[in-house]
Amino acid sequence: MVERYVMSIDQGTNSTRCILFDHHGRLVSVVQREHQQHFPKPGWVEHDAVEIWRNLRRIMPEALSDAGVGAGEVAAIGIANQRETTVLWDRRTGAPLGRAIVWQDTRTAPLVEDLRNRPGDEFFLERCGLPPSTYFSAPRIRWLFDHVNGLDQRAKDGEVLFGTMETWLIWNLTGGAEGGLHITDATNASRTMLMNIRALTWDEELLEFFGVPRPMLPEIRSSAEGYGDARSVLPGVRITAALGDQQAALFGQTCFTPGEAKCTYGTGSFLLLNTGTDLVRSRHGLLTTVAYKIGDQPPVYALEGSIAVTGSLVQWFRDRLGLINSAPEIETLARTVEDNGGCYIVPAFSGLFAPHWRSDARGVIVGLTSYITKGHLARAVLEATGWQTREVVDAMNADFSVPLKELKVDGGMTADNLLMQFVADVLDVPVVRPMVAETVSLGAAYAAGLAAGYWPDLEVLRRNWHRAAQWLPDMDPARRDLEYGNWQRAVERSLGWIRPPRPR
Amino acid sequence: MAGPVQSIERAAAILRLLAGGPRRLGLGEVAASLGLAKGTAHGILRTLQHVDFVEQDASTGKYQLGAALLHLGTSYLDINELRSRSINWADALAARSGEAVRLGTPFEGQVLVIHHVFRPDDTLQTLDVGSLLPLHASSLGKVLLAYGTASLESASEAGLEAYTRHTLVVPEKITRALAQVREVGWAAEIQEMSMGEAAIASPIRGHGGLVVGAVGLSGPVERICDSHGRPRPNLITLLREAARAISRDLGAAR
Repeated sequence: MVERYVMSIDQGTNSTRCILFDHHGRLVSVVQREHQQHFPKPGWVEHDAVEIWRNLRRIMPEALSDAGVGAGEVAAIGIANQRETTVLWDRRTGAPLGRAIVWQDTRTAPLVEDLRNRPGDEFFLERCGLPPSTYFSAPRIRWLFDHVNGLDQRAKDGEVLFGTMETWLIWNLTGGAEGGLHITDATNASRTMLMNIRALTWDEELLEFFGVPRPMLPEIRSSAEGYGDARSVLPGVRITAALGDQQAALFGQTCFTPGEAKCTYGTGSFLLLNTGTDLVRSRHGLLTTVAYKIGDQPPVYALEGSIAVTGSLVQWFRDRLGLINSAPEIETLARTVEDNGGCYIVPAFSGLFAPHWRSDARGVIVGLTSYITKGHLARAVLEATGWQTREVVDAMNADFSVPLKELKVDGGMTADNLLMQFVADVLDVPVVRPMVAETVSLGAAYAAGLAAGYWPDLEVLRRNWHRAAQWLPDMDPARRDLEYGNWQRAVERSLGWIRPPRPR
Repeated sequence: MAGPVQSIERAAAILRLLAGGPRRLGLGEVAASLGLAKGTAHGILRTLQHVDFVEQDASTGKYQLGAALLHLGTSYLDINELRSRSINWADALAARSGEAVRLGTPFEGQVLVIHHVFRPDDTLQTLDVGSLLPLHASSLGKVLLAYGTASLESASEAGLEAYTRHTLVVPEKITRALAQVREVGWAAEIQEMSMGEAAIASPIRGHGGLVVGAVGLSGPVERICDSHGRPRPNLITLLREAARAISRDLGAAR
């Protein structure tokens, strides 16, 4: 029998990657292409959807030729993508109507502020599981309707299609204007603020509220099921999975059991906890989201806590303060001292995210004395990531009946042993790193392979997961409590720094 | 005592000159700035270029400081950066070989383990990053010794410790073993540190080919070695591929 492979596409914020995986979940080839970031105004972030599609068309064949694999040996294609990034395009020509608005773009902030006041968070939480935030797609669609002449009417007339990145790419891969599939999956749809989190269908009330016409929306499908065959690039190859990148990472980490959680440590960090088929509504500032939906099985939900500034604090330390030359050197500098010397950094650069959700917070460094060296600051930088993880885990433990027993980690910062040990210390649970670092791509491959019958069941995938490293908690409980108390007091000092612009 | 060597003084002046400005300098500018004849300046620049202290831009012919010089003061690569750059390759090596992987750099006459990937069988294993291994009895250490990244001087005064009956403790034997390492490009340690255990290691080269560390895999002797007691060729191939891949990454980025 010919060896077959699963192709995974990770359409990320900075680049698009195409990876082939073999039966053991091992990486066979990787091709990557970056795309341009457009910053037309402060707070605006845009991508050119055509550039991304062009990149994908290049890298898919390259991934095959690098490994000497023919299109016929690809069992299935799965896609993971940057979530919430919004593309509108012309149904007949396939041309995007302007650039894609990226998830980091904050142009909808005033609109979001209004929504939080009226009708208020509860209205949205009840229906889509999300409080209004600049992250999500629906406020962006509204913004476009309010700022692009005639767009609203064209959408009502059925001339305009909406999609997040997976929708855009699948539509193009399956024929584009010539009958391309206009679909999304439940995980991506759960980040639009338009999907009913229980029914997994577009919510009439939310559509009406945002004024989004039904014909522009893709069909919501499972995360893993046969969508259709590609008609361009690799004609005839089945496309069988799509997931938002963080959900893909949860899947790639094989967190299939309620209570299992992963944290991806990158520029920001995303902690997702599998809560099973129970929809858990957070009382502690977490988001309720769809983790995955396999075929016609019931959906599996997750609680998500996102931390805005983790790796980017290290980058700031490197690029803005110039105290280190490369990000990994933060560990070297931090190890020049025994502890933080009483210094704490709360990196609320653009407010605090989960579980505080305080946009009026700004960063603070507290506990400065003449004793503090750059080594102490380096410690405080790393510890900030640890404590922010702890706050999210505390919220998860408060919201969900199964307390966290172990945290699976991935992302660039997992190379930092001091940080990983600190995370284990402050969470008081083991922290484990898997052997395949590319968990996002692996998750999309797993979902695709599962739907295509390449892998029989979740158990087989679980057996592919191997521990590459493990950090065990080793901190005196009294010290942990004392330090956590100090961190919390530091957080209090970051709150309320930004005054409201207008008197109420 | 002899007086200062004029050509070295001039070479130093040229290096200071190149280091002083933000831009590359042409031969004429160098010669004029230092009051040297063009031929003299050219001879010195060519020699400095030969030892990688100076680089010449291919299109303009102008000179700048060389990468080797930039790395001279900080010839050690930050160990955390080395780990960060190696992590994907080390993972892949462990996944393919089925054995535990370690990276080592020299530290005070021993090998410091700077990265450790578990054997992918999910048995209970403990991260031993930060632990120290003997240079003469570990494959990682032998690589560091063979390529001059570490030396035995301080340790050998007290005599080398024999951990097992296979440990090399006689200087002549070690010298011969290290020559062998340089010849084949990898080192083995077969029951030399502990009975029943074996390991192989290969050099990691940084910018300019300088060996900055070693990567190796280890396990029970019957898994690492074939029936003749020699390291399995397929493991050596995997190891050397990984070492080359890491080296490529380190060399490509300055």
